[in-house]
Amino acid sequence: MSLFIVNILDGLVTGLLLFMLCSGLTLIFSMMGVLNFAHASFYMLGAYFAYQISMFTGFWAGLIVAPIIVGVMGALIERYGLRRVHQYGHVPELIFTFGLALLIEEFVQFFWGRQQVPYNPPEALDFTAFAIAGNTFPAYKVFMIFMAIALFLVLLYILTRTRVGMTIQAALSYPETVQNLGHNVPMVFMGVFGVGTAMAGLAGVIAGPVMGTFPGMAFTLGAIVFVCIVVGGLGSLWGALVASLLIGWMQTFAASYNLRMEDLLIWLGFEKPMLMWESAWQDLWTLTLPQVGPILPYLFMVIVLVVRPQGLFGKRET
Amino acid sequence: MKSLKKFALGMAVAGLAATAAAAETVKIAYIDPLSGPFAATGTNGLHQYQFAADTLVNERGGVLDGQMFEIVAFDNKISPKESLIQLQVAIDQGIRYVVQGNSSGVANALTDAIAKHNDRNPDDRVLFLNYSAVDPALTNDKCNFWHFRFDAHADMKMDALTDVIAENEDIKKIYVIGQDYSFGKAVASAAVRMLTAKRPDIEIVGNELHPIGNVQDFTPYARKVVSSGADAMITGNWGSDMLGHGKAVIENGFSGPIYTYYAAADGITAAFGETGVGSLKLVAEGGNNPPSKPEAQEYVRAFKEKHPDGNISQSRITNVVQMLAMAIDDAGTATDVVKVANALEGMEFADSLWSDNPMVMRPDDHQLIQEVHIYGHVPVEAPFDFDNSGYGLKYENSIVNAGADLPTTCEMERP
Repeated sequence: MSLFIVNILDGLVTGLLLFMLCSGLTLIFSMMGVLNFAHASFYMLGAYFAYQISMFTGFWAGLIVAPIIVGVMGALIERYGLRRVHQYGHVPELIFTFGLALLIEEFVQFFWGRQQVPYNPPEALDFTAFAIAGNTFPAYKVFMIFMAIALFLVLLYILTRTRVGMTIQAALSYPETVQNLGHNVPMVFMGVFGVGTAMAGLAGVIAGPVMGTFPGMAFTLGAIVFVCIVVGGLGSLWGALVASLLIGWMQTFAASYNLRMEDLLIWLGFEKPMLMWESAWQDLWTLTLPQVGPILPYLFMVIVLVVRPQGLFGKRET
Repeated sequence: MKSLKKFALGMAVAGLAATAAAAETVKIAYIDPLSGPFAATGTNGLHQYQFAADTLVNERGGVLDGQMFEIVAFDNKISPKESLIQLQVAIDQGIRYVVQGNSSGVANALTDAIAKHNDRNPDDRVLFLNYSAVDPALTNDKCNFWHFRFDAHADMKMDALTDVIAENEDIKKIYVIGQDYSFGKAVASAAVRMLTAKRPDIEIVGNELHPIGNVQDFTPYARKVVSSGADAMITGNWGSDMLGHGKAVIENGFSGPIYTYYAAADGITAAFGETGVGSLKLVAEGGNNPPSKPEAQEYVRAFKEKHPDGNISQSRITNVVQMLAMAIDDAGTATDVVKVANALEGMEFADSLWSDNPMVMRPDDHQLIQEVHIYGHVPVEAPFDFDNSGYGLKYENSIVNAGADLPTTCEMERP
């Protein structure tokens, strides 16, 4: 039971981290129709910038400055790159962001090398917050949870309670009408792209010390954020939150419990082959839940697309 | 037009002169990754070879009557297929000695190809000096006369590791974890086999494989290790998997020793830093830090001066270079590799920079028998630390002639 509670908390950390990436991407995707392949690369840039800044001034300055730099970079890339490509349609946009992802990875390797860099949690948070039956929970993870929840509340407030948020929501559904009403929609796009990438950068700053800061960190998260926005529903902040948490828990629990396919098959009434290594079904019989874990989110996405194509909280079809 | 002809003639003459000069050098092909994700390791290895050849052979007058060692780099992108192409290029350039280490998959492909080549082309045979690929099969079922291994293989290291664990009465429960591919499985099965033989009372509380290079968050895996009540952990992980899992395990409350093969250098030592002290152990051959011999200390200082960001992470490279030079001098030829191989076979080598005990190139399987150490990850003074981090490896236990009693299944055919 205690391990179950610990897993709930671990999954919460993973899920909330994913949410910080997905919330930005879902806004960008739904508003501009851009499938931003480079989104996870901005996450990586955030971690590396924060590492570089933390070498001079410590962790906390990096926490504030790095996301701002990433956000400004994102806004500039939207203004001078994506906007020009936008007029040629979706495929060039796709290729542009894909190229950008490769470029950022090479950029990172060029400046910081291919090895993992020693980016560590600040000393002020380098202690054990509490322990449940021998399983310790680092204070830094508590900090991650609070940061992500704070970010969610701020975003929710801006999107639903402020004038800027109203404009964004309107531009989400009826961009032409909003433009006709005199709003500067390209400016809104640039702002959303900048804020979206800044949030990815912030996620990187926070995740870097825990997940490791290395050139492959964007690649390992790249695909899963798309699952998250498709499952949650386009443009829905609540959807992004729920989907991220579900995926976080799914991955954590799958890796934690060594359920075996063997037991399931025997329970279903199949007979275990006498000579396993000669059986054609050897791979199926020896599967365990941790091995299947990485594909579960994608399976979940396929099921959601079949049953509810607009996503859990989405209003329009993907 | 006339001047062009003259020019061409001049070039041809110059070319001939260059070939004549080249015959005075002993070329060694270094076939390892110099681009892609493992480029950092490969480049660092190349620097170690070039430095070893320059300081230990060329500055001392070379081999035979003053022939110099030259390391020629070939990028194999850590792919077996690409390695075979590069091997052919090296052979076409008249190179007789091939060194390679990263990945046993590559080593298996090379040893097969070289055996076939030497069979078919008795006039330009080549030797394969394997300095790092630790698949036991290379000096057992798949051994051949042309292959020499200078590293202790995976089972010899596990033998040393389990010797040390067997003596530690505090260890009652062990968790084994590795990457889901051939090496991870080999480490796990060797660990289980040897532990049950040496300490039947030790309980293996976990034995699992995780996807290689594809786990974003190792926390759930770390929780399993902690809640299993294990006193120690054994892992064959390397790269970001080693770092990610090791850090997660320590951060989530595991305080026992973590026995590893590859938890050092290439950024890993720096990233573990203070957290790894007291937990991380590593099994390898090589010297202490700082090494006991003054000339070895001088060697490390000089290397770090030339390559400030590099590490002497594969100290056996100097053994390869020195033993090859000795063998060529003994054989009296650098071109007849059969004579060189015969000199290398059974060679006793007492001049290693890193070891006070002599090493033997076992004639039965061409496996170097040497001391293997269990190192601890501890603070180490510069320049003997790794990654310039102030941390590095120091001896905790040493096993002389490690694995010498492990039988070999090698049935070598000699030319």
